[in-house]
Amino acid sequence: MTQLDHAVAEADMRAVSLNRQTFEPRALKSGILTCITWGITILASVPLFSVIFMLIVEGGARVDWEAITALPPSAFEEGGGFGNAIVGTLVMVGIASAISIPFGVMAAIYLAILGPTSQIASTTRFLAKTLTGFPSILAGVFTYAGLVIAFGYSALAGGIALSVLMLPTVVLAAEEAMGQVPQRMKDAAYGLGCTRTQVIFKVVLPTGLPGIITGVLLAVAGAAGESAPLLFTALFSNYYIEELMEPTASLSILIYNFSAMPFENQIQLAWAASLVLVVIVLMLNVLARLFGQPKV
Amino acid sequence: MVLPCLASDVAIMSKDPFASADRSSSVTAPPSNFDNKADTLFRAASLGCALLIILLVAYILWEIGGQAIPAFKDHGLGFITGATWNASTQEFGVLPEIWGTLFSSLLALLIGGTFGVAIAIFLTQDFISAKLSTVFRTIVELLAAIPSVVYGLWGIYVLIPMIRPMAEWLHTHLGFVPFFGTELSGPGMAPAALVLAIMILPTVAAISVDAFRRIPFKVKEAAFGMGTTRWEAILKVMLPSVSSGILAALVLGFGRALGETMALAMLIGNSNQISLSLFAPANTLASLLASNFPEAGGIEIEALMYAAMVLLFITLVVNVAGLGIQQYTMRKFEGKK
Repeated sequence: MTQLDHAVAEADMRAVSLNRQTFEPRALKSGILTCITWGITILASVPLFSVIFMLIVEGGARVDWEAITALPPSAFEEGGGFGNAIVGTLVMVGIASAISIPFGVMAAIYLAILGPTSQIASTTRFLAKTLTGFPSILAGVFTYAGLVIAFGYSALAGGIALSVLMLPTVVLAAEEAMGQVPQRMKDAAYGLGCTRTQVIFKVVLPTGLPGIITGVLLAVAGAAGESAPLLFTALFSNYYIEELMEPTASLSILIYNFSAMPFENQIQLAWAASLVLVVIVLMLNVLARLFGQPKV
Repeated sequence: MVLPCLASDVAIMSKDPFASADRSSSVTAPPSNFDNKADTLFRAASLGCALLIILLVAYILWEIGGQAIPAFKDHGLGFITGATWNASTQEFGVLPEIWGTLFSSLLALLIGGTFGVAIAIFLTQDFISAKLSTVFRTIVELLAAIPSVVYGLWGIYVLIPMIRPMAEWLHTHLGFVPFFGTELSGPGMAPAALVLAIMILPTVAAISVDAFRRIPFKVKEAAFGMGTTRWEAILKVMLPSVSSGILAALVLGFGRALGETMALAMLIGNSNQISLSLFAPANTLASLLASNFPEAGGIEIEALMYAAMVLLFITLVVNVAGLGIQQYTMRKFEGKK
């Protein structure tokens, strides 16, 4: 034993140490790069915390019952709020969801179950992916050309513009969720003699539902925060919405309009409206995450 | 067991062997006529919805393109090389906007791309525990969830005042460099590009993370087995393997940046000029649309539609290229067709 110990110690002395030295050039380079990466990651989270801090400080100071129910103030008026914009955003996002969710889920069913390898499916899938990178303002331009020129600015046009943006997100997320349903579950259902529709309604949709809900909620959150497509489809209004075919206020357009105004009151309201909008969007995101826990 | 076999029953069964089973309410009943009809209808409806997306894209192109045709006839390709936008003299050119769009997006890509890839390395290469990694990934995803107008507002009231002293220092000391050639008057290229970088960072990070995840674990094990340090493994083995995935991330992030509207409309200053200076105001195609559309009339609308087509064309090319590269990466690692 002692002889062996002795031999090992001797070998250690003669051989190059296999342990890495902290300041040898290779290790040093590795360490420096690690520090830089840590720095970059922390730096990248600064904007998020800065935005949230400003929203709470600037917006939080102004959010009260009056702010979320009253009508927008005119130039030199004190007080006021953005109740009509909250209602307008909810109405337009509702219209967009009512259009894009049924069509999107149906299209996803075709892509995931009925004809996943067909030419139509691959074309649709490709176009849906292209549409997710589609500049949101072009959805507004398209709706303007197709609807607004003929029928004027309206909540309906705003909702349709948003639905164009929601549709590809819903389709791709729902397809992904339904693709996760194990083949053996579908095979078992087919083996019992189910028609494809029965398999979809009794097996695929219930199993894939959490994933579909996640995708839908993320699409809704995205639509709620969108402003470019509403700019010249829904326009803005200083009053509560009374019918679908009139110009309608939305939170994002209110923030855009008020941010450029030289009045302190309007700028405070823009921060408060931002806080409300971010709370809505983040709540939808958190809900989406809760539903998204894998259950299969 | 004796089955009373009546003549009428036999007659029915010869027509439809499952007819008797059909009448029972057992769970093992075969699909009824109604089920089959519903199935056909449902499948047709589902196919219709898939076709609807194809039709929608075609309709978008047709609608915007159709509106742009008069302007295309009037201005031709001179529209793309012209540098003035004046509704009263009906002179329309989008060269400054094309320049501004590409310049701001490239700057954003430079910053957001570096940060995005670094974050992807940080999240996938065992720098932190899996739990902490989830926390950071959530932060990056929440960064993507914040609406564009909120970033615009933040840019106006936080970012611009913050970078103003830095911009002044750079201008006075390094003013001979064309990038710092003018003073920061408020809105301009630098704040716009910075906000744009924050907005594309999550896209780049998410796609790069996917690419890193796709590398088989044994590749990393082999590298470490050769005695590499962590960064030698990352720089010499991991990065080259995901290069195409990172390229896809960068191209798709670039596409995102090209189409971003509201934050830019609020921060870039909407001024039709071509300048290399980071502190000069500029304009982009998307913010031209956002700021001029609401008050535009007849001929200007047609010109704006033409500008929309130019934007659509640029983003389409970039996005298709990005998707193509992404497909290629997936095929390379997973052998998917």
